[in-house]
Amino acid sequence: MATQKRTVEVALSTTGVDAQGQPQRVPLVTADDGSAVAVEAPPAIEPDLAGEHMLINIGPQHPATHGVLRLVLELDGETVVRCIPHVGYLHCGFEKIGEYRQYNQIIPWTDREDYLNSIGNNVAFSLGAERLFGVDITPRCTVLRVIAMELSRIISHLVWLGTTCIDIGAFTPFLWSFQERENVYNLLESWVGARLTTTASRVGGMAADIPDGWLEGLRNFIRTFPKTIDEVDRMLTKNGIWVGRTIGLGVMTPDEALNWGLSGPMLRASGVDYDVRKDFPYLDYETYDFDVPVGTSGDVYDRYLVRMEELRQSVRILQQAADRLPDGPVNVDDPRLILPPKSKATSEMESMIHHFKLVMEGPRPPIGESYVAVESPKGEKGYYMVSDGTSKPVRWRIRPPSFVNLSAIPKMVEGHLLSDVIAINASIDIVMGEIDR
Amino acid sequence: MWNETTVFVAPESVLDIIRWLHDDPSQRYDYLADVTAVEYRDLELPIEVVWHLRSIPYRRFLRVKAQLTKNRPLEIPSVWSIYKSADWLERECFDMFGIKFVGHPDLRRILMWEQYREGYPLRKDFPLRGRFSRAEQLRQALSANPEARYSMEELSIADAFEDLPTDMRQRLKRGERTGE
Repeated sequence: MATQKRTVEVALSTTGVDAQGQPQRVPLVTADDGSAVAVEAPPAIEPDLAGEHMLINIGPQHPATHGVLRLVLELDGETVVRCIPHVGYLHCGFEKIGEYRQYNQIIPWTDREDYLNSIGNNVAFSLGAERLFGVDITPRCTVLRVIAMELSRIISHLVWLGTTCIDIGAFTPFLWSFQERENVYNLLESWVGARLTTTASRVGGMAADIPDGWLEGLRNFIRTFPKTIDEVDRMLTKNGIWVGRTIGLGVMTPDEALNWGLSGPMLRASGVDYDVRKDFPYLDYETYDFDVPVGTSGDVYDRYLVRMEELRQSVRILQQAADRLPDGPVNVDDPRLILPPKSKATSEMESMIHHFKLVMEGPRPPIGESYVAVESPKGEKGYYMVSDGTSKPVRWRIRPPSFVNLSAIPKMVEGHLLSDVIAINASIDIVMGEIDR
Repeated sequence: MWNETTVFVAPESVLDIIRWLHDDPSQRYDYLADVTAVEYRDLELPIEVVWHLRSIPYRRFLRVKAQLTKNRPLEIPSVWSIYKSADWLERECFDMFGIKFVGHPDLRRILMWEQYREGYPLRKDFPLRGRFSRAEQLRQALSANPEARYSMEELSIADAFEDLPTDMRQRLKRGERTGE
């Protein structure tokens, strides 16, 4: 088939005008019957749009920053060139206040730093203080604390899931996950009386034992909750919009993730198998049968997958804990730490003295220091306490996982679009109360 | 259960020792969990800078401490060149204790604002309610320069620069920071 070459004027076509302002002439290839078969596109004249960069300020009052985070972005078009985060708008000085409080009086402050994981923080602080005091907790208390920590992990991951869905544009999973969160809060409410700021643990035990029939409520939750995870899974995991908005964003390689100090789901999504529950076990976590999900590509989508799997594994741990919960006392039998029952305090001399000393002076640990880290939903949460032998710590330090995770955000958002900044920021799972403390 | 080993090192050799801990194949402390400092109630005692290191391959934990006496300037080498996680942690430690991490690329306040003048909040000589009275704090807040919401570095980004007052542009060219 012979082809014939001729030149036509394309003044009306969109590909425009040459440098002299004349209509461009393009060769048009036609077949024998005269129909066009291929047009070689002329080189398009790119308008010079590069030049000025733009300064964009997000926050501190912006719903997609999950609190009072402020990001200052330098944009080239819609691409982020540089990101300068500002934190500290919620700084309350918890660590300073803690130096003026007894150990049990600090526990309410731990509620208020990572307020989505309050009962987990209570337990983590108590573990640190007990290590300082040199106290071994009772078997029943150990299992109750495991239940508390896994419930708070579920709460925190559900809030993460719901808010991230809203940030990316899906509303329904938010309603589903917050409905399940209500169920967990109802359980916590019937256990310790509070929903958000629980103050559930004490040095040497818990504020309260679980009420009668509470385990039935927990088993009911364990039975129904996986259905919600499956529903969200069906809705999101293979959803084109969800995958398109999350895959390949904010990638951290394993070495980078370790070097930047990421922890929790952020680190595991990058492919580093590090979970404090497995590697530095506390609360007998080594005796529970559960898996640690590890991602491969370290992007936003993998962080989502890791958190979804962690929800399922938490349910597994809850099931085992509910099955093995032993009978017995919750608090340690140590009058130095635990208040005597009211009836004894008003009738026995020794109990009254203990009661008086505990309330007026507070328990006194020996001189020393302890760093206890737990796997909080955000990552490695550590409590570092230094005691000089008085009833108040010399230094109480929170190792905030969100703070260190957020410090990598300038690296993660560089080169991505402005709308991806929101998705990447959501995937870090920050809580500003914990970052600013 | 918890293996808490504490190693005291001299402040000058911190960088070498932590680099060795990070690089040596039999140590491989590749994860810096925390950088913080401790000041004791006895003001005669030196301030301690504390690093919490983890070795993920060997599942080990190590606490490194360096003591800074108060009769000399509070300076210690930064480990930023080894661990990027030290970036914000050292900034926070500087913010709260006033310890200068020599070698840190961007050592400025992080939790308190850049114009904060009251000192270092976690030092023991800092009163719980702050050094200034409420009236003075309010006066400072009301008289603050609204431009100080942005740092000079941020204002140097493109368009924003042209909108600045002339004196500010000149200060910016000299490499100054806001709020002074």
